[in-house]
Amino acid sequence: MTFEEISSKAKSEWEALQKDVSVLIGTATCGQAAGALDVVESFHQELIRRGVEVPTIKVGCTGLCYADPFVTISKPGALRVAYGNVTPDSVPRLVDGYVVGDDPCLELALGTVEGGDGEPIYVPELPRFERERRLILSRCGYIDPENINHYIANGGYGGLGKALRMSPEEIIGELEKSGLRGRGGAGFPAHAKWEQCRAAKVKPKYVICNADEGDPGAFMDRVVLESDPHQVIEGMIIAGYAIGAKHGYIYVRAEYPLAIERIRVALKQANELGILGESIVGSDFGFDIEIAAGAGAFVSGEATALVAAMEGRRSEPRPKPPHLAEAGLWDKPTLLNNVKTFAYVPVIVERGGDWFASIGTEGSKGTAMFTLAGKVVNSGLAEVPMGTTLRELVYDIGGGIANDRQFKAVQIGGPSGGCLSQELLDIPIDYDSLKQAGSMMGSGGMIVMDENDCMVDAARFFLDFSTKESCGKCTMCRLGTVQMLSILEDITAGRGKIEDLDALLILAEDVKIGSLCGLGRTAPNPVLTTLRYFKDEYEAHILEKRCPARVCPELTVYYILPEKCDRGCEHCVLTCPTEAIKGEKGEVKIIDQEKCSKCGTCLEVCPPEYNAVVKLSPVNSLPSSELPAKETQK
Amino acid sequence: MTAEEQAGQALGEILGRHKRDRKNLLPLLQEVQDMLGYLPGKAMQEIADFLEMSDVEVWGVATFYNQFRFAPLGKYHTVVCMGTACHLAGGRLILDALERELGIKVGETGKDGNFSLERVACIGCCMLAPVVVIKDKIHPKMTPFKVEEALMPYRQGTEDASSSKEDQKGKS
Repeated sequence: MTFEEISSKAKSEWEALQKDVSVLIGTATCGQAAGALDVVESFHQELIRRGVEVPTIKVGCTGLCYADPFVTISKPGALRVAYGNVTPDSVPRLVDGYVVGDDPCLELALGTVEGGDGEPIYVPELPRFERERRLILSRCGYIDPENINHYIANGGYGGLGKALRMSPEEIIGELEKSGLRGRGGAGFPAHAKWEQCRAAKVKPKYVICNADEGDPGAFMDRVVLESDPHQVIEGMIIAGYAIGAKHGYIYVRAEYPLAIERIRVALKQANELGILGESIVGSDFGFDIEIAAGAGAFVSGEATALVAAMEGRRSEPRPKPPHLAEAGLWDKPTLLNNVKTFAYVPVIVERGGDWFASIGTEGSKGTAMFTLAGKVVNSGLAEVPMGTTLRELVYDIGGGIANDRQFKAVQIGGPSGGCLSQELLDIPIDYDSLKQAGSMMGSGGMIVMDENDCMVDAARFFLDFSTKESCGKCTMCRLGTVQMLSILEDITAGRGKIEDLDALLILAEDVKIGSLCGLGRTAPNPVLTTLRYFKDEYEAHILEKRCPARVCPELTVYYILPEKCDRGCEHCVLTCPTEAIKGEKGEVKIIDQEKCSKCGTCLEVCPPEYNAVVKLSPVNSLPSSELPAKETQK
Repeated sequence: MTAEEQAGQALGEILGRHKRDRKNLLPLLQEVQDMLGYLPGKAMQEIADFLEMSDVEVWGVATFYNQFRFAPLGKYHTVVCMGTACHLAGGRLILDALERELGIKVGETGKDGNFSLERVACIGCCMLAPVVVIKDKIHPKMTPFKVEEALMPYRQGTEDASSSKEDQKGKS
């Protein structure tokens, strides 16, 4: 079949679907965790009960994860309405109201869904969409990721069709004009890698898509693969054509079972239509793609370590050069890019490098995709033009800090990135500004922290991760990080000395210089940035034995305010797992600090009308009247 | 057939599906673990023989990756997410509570074989933090107090909550 035939068949299937009512339900892993499959089941039952035949389509994630399960009811000639936080209980109402009737159930609605038919979808009622610019996310949550025709009918594989009519040099030329930099974190210009691989004489060559997203708190690649996998496949085929490779691999974490399943389906359908295989849409170019499931090692995200894993070895990085473009998989020229980098390729080829370069800033072109999590109101995914400020992202898109608390920091780039403070909220998000601030773009995970988060503990957390994930090859990464961790553990436990801060700086420098790969070279970043922007918190831990956020267990105590304790209620006494709370009915309850495990259950169960349990730091700020006998007999 | 013979036969079938190529080492280990729940020493030895590698080399690779386990898991494998968002939301307190409730430490399987406890770096459900996964079912927004309640159905053996909610696994 020619591409025109494939495309017209896909379009007629899509148009037939649009002629009638359909229900779209977000069932990416995030949606499923929020109960989307129960919602799908409820729709089935309610539709059967009414004898109505309406397709329910399992789509991917729109990025509005906070509103999961997310349902869109699409109706020809009427508003397409989106509903957030749908539960099985609200399904009968939606079916009666809008699927069958004409009442759009506004009390449950989040807004209307506009766009589609080749344009990115958006919800005009949500202010975040004024900030967003969706290229990769444009179809996510709108098409069925397990139906290739949905992708094609919405403009998919058009970039491939165009690419096959161009020469490899022309494609790489467009990539150069676009200014696309690798979205895996380091930001290496994509066209340079491609050109190096194209120029390599050795054959065969390989294309590898790095989907080993191991950074805690980041899930962009997962969402892209679960919601719109074909754009990644299309980017890889174009890459194969441009560099002269016939085989591609998608190296994806085994911890992403749904992503693997959806890639598998996508590959199968692409093969059936002749979009993959020996002769791609009737051309004389052939390309195939296999899945390689990773086995859980953060370091595998590093290119040479990933190749080692694919070869069946321990995933340890090796020195560069030679670069993968010269000696990659099985020592053959290999092009390795991140999921998002490949996903940008079709749109760049289709609309031109200049168009892509018109979005973003001088040094960072196009859009950036971030996951927003932590203490923001609206956690989820966002795609914004490069140069958007952190403040816009946290407040306009993330909706600000939850529970009216104070913003403290935003952590970007996971264990390799840094914690940026309030003063830096107005810096533009691009590769260079973030690097200058001591952080990095990284893979795009963004965690927002509030006044209740301890920055020393956050640094300790990331370093703990890096020590566990260090492959052990380089001494400084293997042992230096452990030394840094032990200092941080001392500080968080109140055993720190002020000279420890200098020792941390020296060690950080050594670990950076003495490590081969990105994991080790960037592992000190969380420590360095917290030291740079939140030094007062380190000093409070060391000098006053005080944890300002009251997080570090050794420096914090739980205390029941006698004037607030109801006396009649026994919630805390009955639920304390270590039986540390004493006080008969009618008496003020008192915590035995010797027995307290600092689990926080008493704080959680104390009824909000009393709110009698508080956390105090330092430990010696406990009133000396903490003696049970004196207190209760007053 | 004894359980051991069955395992041997299934292992043979898995080996039969793959070429004798070192690049198949990880897929082989993954398939064997999928089937048996862990990697017994004997199975690793057979994989080594099949790929004409030394035992230690296979052991070296298998122990490198977080995914592989060398002891059977409990019937209700419990995973605590220790990702950044979960950590900030009190993941450590949840882990402490689970250790206390189950009477086992992280990485262990209880003597009765019912529960095993593991920590993972991130399951990618950050908006539901902190999360615990008990036998593939995600329990969102946990608190130390809710831990006991979450374990209840599994302890009573009703398994109600755990009945094959397929693919709720996420990153585990």
